[in-house]
Amino acid sequence: MDETNGLHGRSRGDILFRLLLTAAAVAIPVLLGFLVYELFTGSRLAIGRYGFGFITSSTWDPVAEQFGAWPLILGTLLSSAIALVIAVPLSLGVAIFLTDFAPLWIRQPIAFVIELLAAIPSVVYGLWGIFVLIPFLKDTTFPALRDTLGFLPLFQGAIYGQSMLAAGMILAIMVMPYIMSVSREVLAQVPGSQREAALALGATRWEAAWTAVVPYARSGIVGAIILGLGRALGETMAVTMLIGNRHEISTSLFAPGYTMAAAIANEFSEAATDIHLSSLAYVAFALFGVTILVNAAARLLIWRVSHGRPSGGEGL
Amino acid sequence: MSRRMRQWKARLMVGLLVVAVVIAVLPLILILGMLLYKGATSLNPAFFARLPVPAGETGGGVGHAIVGTLLIVGAGAAMGLPIGIGAGIYSAEFAGTRLATITRFVADVMNGTPSIVVGVFAWAWIVATQKHFSGFAGSVALAMLMIPMVMRTTEEMIKLVPNSLREAALALGYPRWRTSLLIVVRTTLPGIVTGSLLAIARVAGETAPLLFTALGSSYLVTNLNQPMAALPLVVFTYATGPYQDWHRLAWATALVLIVVVLVLSIAARLATRQRFHGS
Repeated sequence: MDETNGLHGRSRGDILFRLLLTAAAVAIPVLLGFLVYELFTGSRLAIGRYGFGFITSSTWDPVAEQFGAWPLILGTLLSSAIALVIAVPLSLGVAIFLTDFAPLWIRQPIAFVIELLAAIPSVVYGLWGIFVLIPFLKDTTFPALRDTLGFLPLFQGAIYGQSMLAAGMILAIMVMPYIMSVSREVLAQVPGSQREAALALGATRWEAAWTAVVPYARSGIVGAIILGLGRALGETMAVTMLIGNRHEISTSLFAPGYTMAAAIANEFSEAATDIHLSSLAYVAFALFGVTILVNAAARLLIWRVSHGRPSGGEGL
Repeated sequence: MSRRMRQWKARLMVGLLVVAVVIAVLPLILILGMLLYKGATSLNPAFFARLPVPAGETGGGVGHAIVGTLLIVGAGAAMGLPIGIGAGIYSAEFAGTRLATITRFVADVMNGTPSIVVGVFAWAWIVATQKHFSGFAGSVALAMLMIPMVMRTTEEMIKLVPNSLREAALALGYPRWRTSLLIVVRTTLPGIVTGSLLAIARVAGETAPLLFTALGSSYLVTNLNQPMAALPLVVFTYATGPYQDWHRLAWATALVLIVVVLVLSIAARLATRQRFHGS
């Protein structure tokens, strides 16, 4: 195992060095195990009282000590779905443009600018959302949507501003850089012969990109989208500030809603009873479980395309 | 479809792609522009030095939050960076071992964990046992977020060091640890510093893990064992509060926050690019 040892065998310095590094490396799995343990003990009270019924019940009443997370789960899924519907075509379009069409000199700057979006803190998105995006949506986009697509139940009802749709839109901006940059990496891994073969058969450059390059990278692109989904599910501050925070299920996207992360953020420091705290910890535990599954699936798919080569600086 | 039709379709689609690029770049410009427009006028010495005034009054500053962010992030980095860098060196230098594989996998899992969940963890671990909120609990949460990021970047950087460099040092009779520290780590030091800066930049803007750990405060607190203010918490409180003057301060604070975060991350990215990708 230790083929990398020096010629003189193990010196005392070597042993100490390896010991220190091993301690640091061991600390990471230990910390994760500890995190799972703390989340579990924190939510044990709620797990004991509500069991799996917690997931399907939709009452959230701290006074009556009745807790059910269904509206939160639905809100989390719905806001993330809206984000993906908006972000996927945009980021995929940008990724295709940057790998197949853009002049070389402009590729890096555009990717850089969009990736900067990932550096903006969530709370700043929230601030911008409250004072810029929501007033804009309320005055222009939402009424227009209601006038044109109002026959769908999704776009009916009163317009408050703070809403599921506004939260989904801010999430779309926030996950776009992740989907874009990973898609771009997997598209770049597609062998040039794919594209050349299509072009040689007389395909236009668009046809070569869309019928030969994109399908080749399909599972990696799906991985990128799922990675974006993982981000969207756990995103907290911007959503808390824009979604309206109401434990209600509504068919209208103009109505306020709630997500798992937002409920934890809002109620945790104000929870007065043990069961309220425990229910919120249960929500956190569930959120943790879901994001792990989603991320594992994403990494597997991306890894398959890149044939085991690391991608995104965080390969397997 | 005729050839002409197909060419028109190709043109149309590429046009749509360009539209997608424009839409994708727009939010950054709009957000940065608005921050400058709304925030820049409030930036004056008093804003940086003074403490908050009672709610409803105008004026006051965020001196307490600047100090708080420095202390919380500093303590978090002091705990998180050594573990992250150490684990990164381990999994690059002992890449084949089982522990390296496990650590790498767990770090990826942790990287995808929502920061609010890490906040709940720090609350359960520190706040619930000590029975009071503290800046330290916030630091622990931030360290948890930093560790996997720093570990992965350190590992990637060290992997770029050619093996011949290692072999040369070992052939000259250097013991293993001196080779690692003086040759390998020293060669990649700029990369490791960059990775650390990026991690610091990311957690400096985190709000969710501080909500119920550091909690926030309107006083100048330098004791990490007490509730503390932080810049992202101030943005959140002021933006969601009812007062006009709070909104003004929220914009200015957000501008300060974003300048810090962007300067750190742009500097870090440019430094790595020059070193490892060439031009």
